Amino acid sequence: MKKSYKPSKIHSTAINIWDIYLFIIVAATLFCITWATMQMSKPYDIGNPPQIHLEANYLPSYALKSFWRMLIAMGFSLLATFIFGTWAAKSKKVESIIIPLIDILQAIPVLSFLTITVAGFMQLFPGNLLGPEMASIFAVFTAQAWNMILGFYQGIKTVPHELIEVGKMYQLSWWRKFWKIEVPNAMPSLIWNMMMSMSASWFFVVASEAISFSSQTIMLPGVGSYIALAIEKQDYMAIFNAIVCMLIVIIIYDQLFFRPLLFWSKKFNSDSQEEDNQKSWVVNILQRTRALKYSRVLLEKIYDQFAKLSFFTKKISLIKNPLSIPKAMKVKSDWFYYIFLILSLLLSIYFIVNKIEIKEILLVCKLSFYTSIRVFAMIIVSSVIWVPIGVWIGLRPNIASNIQPIIQFLAAFPANLLFPLVVISILHFQLNHEIWTTPLMILGSQWYILFNVIVGTLAIPKEIHFAANNMGIKGKLWWKSFIIPAIMPYYITGAITAAGAAWNASIIAEYVTWGSIKLHATGIGGYIAKYAETGDSTRVVTGTLAMCIYVLFFNRFLWQPLYNYATSRMQQ
Amino acid sequence: MKLLKANNISKTFINNGSDNKILADLNFELKDGEIVAILGKSGSGKSTFLRILAGLIQPSSGEILYRDNAVTEPVKGIGMVFQNFALMPWLTVLENVELGLEALGINREERRTRAIDAIDMIGLDGFESAYPKELSGGMKQRVGFARALVMNPDILIMDEPFSALDVLTAENLKTDLLELWQNKKTGTNGILFVTHNIEEALMLSNKIVIMSSNPGKIAGSVDVNLPYPRNYQDPEFLRLVDVIYTLITANITHNKKKSSLIKSNLGLGYRIPEVSTDEIMGLIETIYTDFESEKTIDLPKLSDHLAMDIDDLLPITEALETLELANVFDGDIKISETGVKFFNADLLERKKIFAKQLLKNIPLARAIRNRLDEASFSQISEKHCLELITPYLSAKESQKVMRTMIDWGRYAEIFAYNFNENMLTLENPN
Repeated sequence: MKKSYKPSKIHSTAINIWDIYLFIIVAATLFCITWATMQMSKPYDIGNPPQIHLEANYLPSYALKSFWRMLIAMGFSLLATFIFGTWAAKSKKVESIIIPLIDILQAIPVLSFLTITVAGFMQLFPGNLLGPEMASIFAVFTAQAWNMILGFYQGIKTVPHELIEVGKMYQLSWWRKFWKIEVPNAMPSLIWNMMMSMSASWFFVVASEAISFSSQTIMLPGVGSYIALAIEKQDYMAIFNAIVCMLIVIIIYDQLFFRPLLFWSKKFNSDSQEEDNQKSWVVNILQRTRALKYSRVLLEKIYDQFAKLSFFTKKISLIKNPLSIPKAMKVKSDWFYYIFLILSLLLSIYFIVNKIEIKEILLVCKLSFYTSIRVFAMIIVSSVIWVPIGVWIGLRPNIASNIQPIIQFLAAFPANLLFPLVVISILHFQLNHEIWTTPLMILGSQWYILFNVIVGTLAIPKEIHFAANNMGIKGKLWWKSFIIPAIMPYYITGAITAAGAAWNASIIAEYVTWGSIKLHATGIGGYIAKYAETGDSTRVVTGTLAMCIYVLFFNRFLWQPLYNYATSRMQQ
Repeated sequence: MKLLKANNISKTFINNGSDNKILADLNFELKDGEIVAILGKSGSGKSTFLRILAGLIQPSSGEILYRDNAVTEPVKGIGMVFQNFALMPWLTVLENVELGLEALGINREERRTRAIDAIDMIGLDGFESAYPKELSGGMKQRVGFARALVMNPDILIMDEPFSALDVLTAENLKTDLLELWQNKKTGTNGILFVTHNIEEALMLSNKIVIMSSNPGKIAGSVDVNLPYPRNYQDPEFLRLVDVIYTLITANITHNKKKSSLIKSNLGLGYRIPEVSTDEIMGLIETIYTDFESEKTIDLPKLSDHLAMDIDDLLPITEALETLELANVFDGDIKISETGVKFFNADLLERKKIFAKQLLKNIPLARAIRNRLDEASFSQISEKHCLELITPYLSAKESQKVMRTMIDWGRYAEIFAYNFNENMLTLENPN
């Protein structure tokens, strides 16, 4: 992977009072949804739930259904990206709310979104499978949208000043300027984040198909439900089938979607030196097919027509500040905001005082602490394994260019399919499950560490290598004063991503089952998973908020300062 | 016939509540058939002025008239060429050139013919389907020209169009541009461009307007009546180079006279030229060793000898002058007595002299040192020092000045600096 995820450096490390306000509002919103859930605690009747079959010939259609869910979620994510990313980039006021809000939403585990919202979606479509479908798609959406919005927002914010001036010289309308200058400029970052989101969302597609609701499990047809049933029935063969099926699906997805899109996005890059030997046979075919060439020209024509829609090309005097509100209204909207804030605060207090015991709060804090120890232990273990290997690969560019597509592939493979294998081994060797379920958390996200280390090693200038050789720097000193500091910003970027994903995965990893055997590790993920199964939304929200606070805390006070320190030290 | 006219243009940026005047009372006109060059050092606001003329930036006061109509936003008759080309990286050469026509709502066929004509005219045939990243700098700027010319502009405005190119490429492009202009191949009636290269201005223009800085003003103008193509070695050409140097440096001397009367009033807001201590010493050594026989040296000669633009050379001479290591007057430079002592000293002695001159002549250095002497742990934060100058300078300029100040101060050993903590201290670490 050429680029690496960069935590936004827009806000400083100090906690802004707005962060706290926002957090309270998010908390209150979650409580409200929970309250709505409790209003309808009666068992839900969905008529005849679709039967999941464990025969292998059902798998292709299940895989297709899972993929379809992911694509629908991607459509919504794109919509949200264009609306909120643009809005945040254009209005200072909206920016100051959306960007920190995304920070908070990113810290909320995806599967909690599922548990919290499923009741609402079911009420929207009573007696219909559309409810759980929507809940599942919404969960996948929350796994995709946040970083896409951020990436698009940054792409629009970083349009070179001179290009904006060219647009002005041509008197482009804001609509045309958006489609002709801003969107193309944001394209590489948007596509890159789309790819990251797609890879991550395979995991959650699989995890969000078997939905627990009011002590009842709804299984949506898909690979995730297939594997859930296989676990329940302790069917080794079915698990093997699911893994093989998913391998094939990911290979197809990788070749048909991932690589062509990545190749296409290079068109929007301005730097020429980036020599990529990654090729795509699909692109080759597309480029040589005449019919497709015509359809490309047609598409371009449609895009041009779209970009000059006359309704939007009218000059609007508000262009400079599309949200300029008269002073009096501004004051009012501030009032509105404060009233909203106070209401949120009261609501949160009400819930915390009435519905949750202090004991429970202390418990979730303690459990979060255990999970955070697990996360750090796993980051350390996978670093010890992957940093030397990554450096070894990065020093050999030929191997690196061959190995990168493989890592991209591994990162997309939903690691939760492999969980049963680990559980079987734990049972077979009678291992301590408190310790041995822990590696499951990092199974899917360890690759971020590996490929960031590879990219970092590749990025070290040749001359510094020569200088190090020339001075005879070897062994311990070579690692300490050369390689480690040089790859530090990249490594930390990878570690941040991996840690975030590990928190998310803890909900599945700390509560694994095999037939009737439940391996329940002590931690906040297990806590959330346990109460999600019984449909106790209040406890799920409490656990989620605790986890959210921990994640935000570590991001603000550990990862971001580390990242800023590493990058400022690396500047030449 | 006046194509473009500027009446009493001023521009003020508001910064931390205090006003920051960039341009003051500029008057200017471009007549039919003229090529005018605006010449000035970096920081003189010449690019800002050009953007005001193009309608991209609004002046704080004054007005711009294009063919007697007020300009408040970009107008159709004015085309622009940018310093760093400003091509859309995701569009091919042809699509880049077509973009402006497309904005006018011209249909696909016509804009293709017109774009191909412009591409041929500027010598880009064969590159129509290339992306900008495949092109060299010179070719990229040709696309920049084609893109402006395809709109058939009445006036062509160019912001340092050749400064991102190497010497030979720039020369080639200038010749081609002049040829187009003289053969009236375009419908363009006037050209206006900004440069910091005196020879470039003299090669191309009929009139050179010289801008001075702090705030940007018009220091004078020179008419150039030489026939094209012009020759660098022509005596008249060389005389004009000298005249322009005198005009530019006269301005510095003028400021100097004013400030030397009330010397201590060279305030905290003084914009320390962005020059390294190596460059300061390098220039003294060059003057002393390469021109030893001469007492005063002609600046054009020095610039020629070092192959440096005024943009590079004048900040260094200004630094020398402010530190009283040299005197600059009427386009000449002379090393002062202190400068001679500085040259003859060894490494440690040089630092001492530099420190003395720094504390004597730069108020900011004095202020920082005083604060440090008073500070409890002999250390103050960089932010604290920045606050000393932010009332006078924009945020960006304050940063630049502070960086130069830290560089000079570290060399002179009047203070040390800790990068990780952004702290200035009295002692060196360890």
